[in-house]
Amino acid sequence: MSDLPNAGTRTNSATLQVMQDEHHHRCWSCGDMRAEHFCGECGHVQPARPTDFFSFFGMPRRLDLDEAKLEREFYKLSRKLHPDVYSRASAREQLWSLEKTSQLNDAYRILKDPISRTEYLLALQGIQLEEQSKIATEMARNSGREKKQTVPLELLEEAFELNMLLEEAKAGNVHDDLRAQLVATREGLTKRLDAMRDELKAAWKKWDSGDMEATSLMVDVLNRRSYLRNLVRDINEVLK
Amino acid sequence: MADDRVVGIDLGTTNSLVAYMGQGPSLANPNADGGVFILPGEDGSSLVPSVVALDRDNHTLVGNAAREVLLKSPERAIYSVKRLMGRGVEDLQEELKLFPFHLAKDMAPGEVLRIQLGERTYTPPEISAQILRQLKRNAERFLGAPVKQAVITVPAYFNDAQRQATKDAGRIAGLEVLRLVNEPTAASLAYGLDRKQNGTIAVYDFGGGTFDISILRLKDGIFEVIATNGDTHLGGDDIDNLLIAVAADDIAGDLGLDVRKHPDAVQRVRRAVIEAKIALSSQDATNIEVELPEGKLYQRRITREMFEPMMAPIVDRTLGPCRQALADAGLTVDQVDEVVLVGGSTRIPLVRRKVEELFARKAHTELNPDEVVALGAAVQANILAGGSAETKDMLLLDVTPLSLGIEALGGVTAKIIHRNSTIPASATEHFTTGVEGQVSVAIHVLQGERELAKDCRSLARFDLKGIPPMPAGLPRIEVRFLIDANGILHVSAREQRSGKDAEIQVQPSYGLTDEQVENMILDSFDNAEKDLADRQLIEARNEAETILNALLKGRNNEAWHKLSFDERHKIDELESNLRKAMAGADYQQVRGMIDELNQATMRLAELMMDAAVSSALHGKNMDATDVGEGPTAPHPIGKAEFS
Repeated sequence: MSDLPNAGTRTNSATLQVMQDEHHHRCWSCGDMRAEHFCGECGHVQPARPTDFFSFFGMPRRLDLDEAKLEREFYKLSRKLHPDVYSRASAREQLWSLEKTSQLNDAYRILKDPISRTEYLLALQGIQLEEQSKIATEMARNSGREKKQTVPLELLEEAFELNMLLEEAKAGNVHDDLRAQLVATREGLTKRLDAMRDELKAAWKKWDSGDMEATSLMVDVLNRRSYLRNLVRDINEVLK
Repeated sequence: MADDRVVGIDLGTTNSLVAYMGQGPSLANPNADGGVFILPGEDGSSLVPSVVALDRDNHTLVGNAAREVLLKSPERAIYSVKRLMGRGVEDLQEELKLFPFHLAKDMAPGEVLRIQLGERTYTPPEISAQILRQLKRNAERFLGAPVKQAVITVPAYFNDAQRQATKDAGRIAGLEVLRLVNEPTAASLAYGLDRKQNGTIAVYDFGGGTFDISILRLKDGIFEVIATNGDTHLGGDDIDNLLIAVAADDIAGDLGLDVRKHPDAVQRVRRAVIEAKIALSSQDATNIEVELPEGKLYQRRITREMFEPMMAPIVDRTLGPCRQALADAGLTVDQVDEVVLVGGSTRIPLVRRKVEELFARKAHTELNPDEVVALGAAVQANILAGGSAETKDMLLLDVTPLSLGIEALGGVTAKIIHRNSTIPASATEHFTTGVEGQVSVAIHVLQGERELAKDCRSLARFDLKGIPPMPAGLPRIEVRFLIDANGILHVSAREQRSGKDAEIQVQPSYGLTDEQVENMILDSFDNAEKDLADRQLIEARNEAETILNALLKGRNNEAWHKLSFDERHKIDELESNLRKAMAGADYQQVRGMIDELNQATMRLAELMMDAAVSSALHGKNMDATDVGEGPTAPHPIGKAEFS
């Protein structure tokens, strides 16, 4: 941001707004006490409140959640909250509908994907994952700091070999033999990534049953997964 | 609800259309029609060419009339303005070389671009507003009621600036834009109306200037877009430009003429190749014939066989986005149940073949590819107007086509809302200051998929102002980014550390400001009224000139002396009053004076007539008693009926 003299510094934004467990909210319109998204009595949309995504759907904080039910709830709430439904309502209700729907969409997007759901739950518990993204690499390079990234032990040898191939590819032309090797490596990595989903699901069951040790299992899987994904991305870039 | 008619508008690169869907029968209105239909213009045609031109008197023309101007004086017409919407000069260097129109010479860097048309310059939203106003008029004429609200479609791959520019155009045209709907999504609504079924569909929309691909999941009336992709600068225009280039080279080689130096000839070539392109969609060969300057004639026979390899590279450019959209949707080709073709360019057999090859199935073309987007917009308009029996279960869930990011340390893009996120979508970020006492913070907002900020589209540089002075790093500014259901970004910010949640002012640095748009609305209204008043004044003055000329001749006629002194005095007085009124700007006053003078000279005219008839009877030449401009002259002094 060299051309921005008063550039803002982005602070760590993983702070999540977690709702206190308030179950009862009074409807702004009729005063009924059973209002969450809408008033149970008069049906009016209620203002958006900071809430965690599980609570938004009225679902327990479980990782092995019923995805079909999540989808049904998403459609059901969309039909009731969407700005299309409020296009003739007051400006205030239009705004609430917009905010509520963005919350609904954000929540659904995060919860429906197994990986982002797990990351989200860990973040709710205050656990930060290693930053494996290219941005993190870039930022580390710029600030001269070491990037927080450890090569998973079982991948050490493979990663080393792959890096040699990648160096070679970057240096010169990607000849057929090299291309074949890279494609084969990518296939292997993709299979591993799939297998990790099963590992993750096993950890979910533990966590859902109250085994707190599952947390470190999940962090481990996600970190290894993120490392593998970066390798796949590097291969894709070279093969492009 | 007569004033609540919401129309659907397809504001296309080449053609624009307006459609309406009735609310259907209800208790209050049992005979109301619930059908969805295109509203034709006065000439009966449903397509309004997206061309705006000035006639000789500097009056604005839109549509077919403007297209005629484009052929004769290309410098007085603007077409394909959609390609300029929400874009900067720097984006358009290549493109502008192909257009016959010119940019304003006094443009400042970073300003919304302006196009020279006649003596004025216009921004692209103002040009689009002229098209929208024409559609509004067509709709009002057809429905017999005022139309103030509309749903307007945009290419799914339009970025924030392009969407905002479209919304501004609506406002300038006097329309409240209730929603911007993505074109392929609108098309799916039109298709979905007929065949209520569940499944995954791909909408391939190849129009005049833009290409979109959207993958949707249909479930019990919910139209959920899963992924979208495209190219906002890829369409039939590109095929036309290629064919123009080929023809120009041909002409240079065969006839030794540089046709590019003759803008009107280029436009004739353009029309000829477009006609050939269209002809080749239904036949194997066609002839091109264009009259050129220096009495030269360009003649060529082209066959589909020659044509297809030429345009294949352009069609191939649509396939990459299709594959990307499938990948983003996490789908393989065989998981797509149906493919729908939209947009005029999908009439080209090669396009159909390539799409059907990619998706390995036959594509749907039941609905007119030119009309289906407008029809879908009308369906969405009906939903927003409260819905009807047919639409009550329908709900559109669309996505943002491009990732939203902010520039982070080192010039990299930090993505905060990913592409293909269902909208409305939001993200919250926290910022702080780097210098003690810093009271403003600059945030650079980007749209695009690339890693580095410089490779993404710069959407805006927001200045967060009004931060209370504090030591560096202490302020905690929460910035909320919200993409609404139109795909348009809203940014709000507050400082939290000072404990008073100070509202931070957010100033975007692109597009038209609210104030500019307001002025343009006033401008166009003022101009419309002023144009009319000007024209009426000119007409009234012309009429006055005619009557004064006739009066001059009357004074030289012997009939003048047959009038009484009072009569002559009265005429003199009224003549002087009329001349005074003509010097003013009030056409009604001029008209009033003309009427009075007409009355006062009635007897003079009769006397002159008698003299003329008597002269004629005596064999004298009629000219000797010339009574004005002849039998059709519109004033009483000459209002003789010679029959």
